[in-house]
Amino acid sequence: MAEILVLVEHVDGTPKKVTYELLTLARSLGEPSAVFLGGSDSYANAKDGLAEYGAQKVYVAESDDLEDYVVAPKAEVLAQLVAEKSPAAVLAASSIDGKEIAGRTAVKTGSGIITDAVAVSVDLVATQSIFGGSTIVQSKVQAGTPIFTVRPNSTAPEPLSGPATAEQVAVSVSDAAKGAKVLEKVVEEKGARPDLAEAKVVVSGGRGLGGPEGFALVEGLADTLGGAVGASRAATDAGWYPHQSQVGQTGKTVSPQLYVAVGISGAIQHRAGMQTSKTIVAVNKDPEAPIFELTDYGVVGDLFSVVPQLTEEIKKRTS
Amino acid sequence: MNIVVLVKQVPDTWAEKKLDPSDSTVDRASVDAVMNEMDEYAVEEALKIKEAHGGEVTVLTMGPNRAVEMLRKALSMGVDKAVHLVDDALEGSCAIQSSYALAQAIGTLSYDLVLLSAESSDARMGVMPALLAERLGVPQLSDARKVDVDGSKVVIERMTDYGHDKVEASTPLVLGVVEKINEPRYPSFKGIMAAKKKPLTTLTAADAGIDTGRVGLATATSSVESFTAAPPRAAGQVVKDEGDGGVKLADFFAAQKLI
Ligand SMILES: Cc1cc2nc3c(=O)[nH]c(=O)nc-3n(C[C@H](O)[C@H](O)[C@H](O)COP(=O)(O)OP(=O)(O)OC[C@H]3O[C@@H](n4cnc5c(N)ncnc54)[C@H](O)[C@@H]3O)c2cc1C
Ligand SMILES: Nc1ncnc2c1ncn2[C@@H]1O[C@H](COP(=O)(O)O)[C@@H](O)[C@H]1O
Repeated sequence: MAEILVLVEHVDGTPKKVTYELLTLARSLGEPSAVFLGGSDSYANAKDGLAEYGAQKVYVAESDDLEDYVVAPKAEVLAQLVAEKSPAAVLAASSIDGKEIAGRTAVKTGSGIITDAVAVSVDLVATQSIFGGSTIVQSKVQAGTPIFTVRPNSTAPEPLSGPATAEQVAVSVSDAAKGAKVLEKVVEEKGARPDLAEAKVVVSGGRGLGGPEGFALVEGLADTLGGAVGASRAATDAGWYPHQSQVGQTGKTVSPQLYVAVGISGAIQHRAGMQTSKTIVAVNKDPEAPIFELTDYGVVGDLFSVVPQLTEEIKKRTS
Repeated sequence: MNIVVLVKQVPDTWAEKKLDPSDSTVDRASVDAVMNEMDEYAVEEALKIKEAHGGEVTVLTMGPNRAVEMLRKALSMGVDKAVHLVDDALEGSCAIQSSYALAQAIGTLSYDLVLLSAESSDARMGVMPALLAERLGVPQLSDARKVDVDGSKVVIERMTDYGHDKVEASTPLVLGVVEKINEPRYPSFKGIMAAKKKPLTTLTAADAGIDTGRVGLATATSSVESFTAAPPRAAGQVVKDEGDGGVKLADFFAAQKLI
């Protein structure tokens, strides 16, 4: 069967859920080989998970050069593997790094790339949802090795054990790829809540919360629903919540089972990041707020009374 | 510091965007065209860097004739000169081809920084800074929400999932910025008047040394097979809170089996 390369998305070696989604998708297209690119001795944390989700092989490249410079070294290794193994396709996550590595690899290998796919069929036709979810497009790569970046939450990850036979890849990064040096990695927040892009439930807050304290309400509701916390740009720019929680055109694109917008007007740039959520709910005191054009259920009212009541009511019913 | 800033004309942010059934490219004729919103932040950042460190700012676009309006806007914001890459052969180019054509056009200019925004509101691929860095063989500083220039050294805050990375590179380089970086200025009346006298050069594909076999819809590296309108969202219910809004929402969650 044709080999499909899957670029492993990981944090300090531990694969993110989207990696398992990609491996599951890759199994429907051919034989998945994971490509692990990480710092020295980081592979140990990845091995079991990749085997559990059906990786046949794992190409392991470990070198601090891969972590110390922005994306270019990773693209070099991935492009080298594409040239050597001639896979039928390459899958990566539609994250910032995933897209940038995939894009550079496409240029290096003379390939075409399709980003933000929500599905890829066995004949390598990708499905994308564009223009805020209003148009569904089927596209195909016409040059080189088809490269796809796939949105998190597009495939349900299903375990199927595989041998995950490791094959070490020698890393020799060119000087040209060492142009952008990472001086420092700054962690701004480390919550115990689920990852925004991967969560089944997202509760987001906006300017209507009135200040950072208001986010306690959003967090309380998110926690009773086991969800992640998101924010509008108005809220992140005001410093009420970390920027990595921003949902929208320039933030995360999320597509959860349930999206709850609290004190968010629903500007087009915000909608671009949440419009394809399965069920959308909003609380806003302005009946004219554009967010209500999208909602399955909307409550016109003061969030400071509606949200606490909702949180209490859910606790009552689920305890 | 000489800066080439890239801007793209896109359908108005709030307009309903469509694909053209004849060739499956974005239907640009039926809607108002504007400078991609995020590109205004790139122009602003270029002007700020120039104001602090001197040099010249050139705005570059690849696009049809009407893109001139957008170039004039950039000039009226304070950009020194504009270059318009326009050629029928470029029509329908995919991102990979566009990066080749833009790199060729950039090659005709002298630059320390190529400044652009992370993504446009129509294509939304978010890969152009990376593609251009790869093409030009220079360092990639992308997803910057803060930029510090010190001589030939540039340090940015690159947004990440956990916070940010501080990343350093030396010019020449590609700098990709996001909208958190500044607040774009409005063109002043004086700026609008001055823009009329500023140089605006047109480049054809041949002028930029572009191999026309490598650009355009016919040789695009990806193609649209088909597209359909997504089924519209079923109209939902909106209720006014009468003191029981939270309870009603909980009822809805229960009915939808969300709790
Ligand atoms: C290039 C660009 C990119 C952008 N990218 C993004 C993006 O990725 N994500 C994003 O979100 N935005 C983005 N924006 C910004 C966007 O245009 C809006 O400005 C922003 O989404 C507004 O945030 P908001 O809804 O929280 O604030 P507002 O629009 O001010 O809305 C606040 C809402 O809260 C309601 N409210 C106030 N008090 C209460 C109360 N007590 N109870 C109930 N409701 C209340 C109000 O009725 C109002 O509807 C972008 C803009 C640009 C130019
Ligand atoms: N045709 C073009 N002309 C000039 N700049 C472009 C063009 N296409 C893309 N860019 C630049 O790259 C950014 C990302 O564009 P896109 O790849 O369309 O999302 C844009 O905002 C511009 O800064």
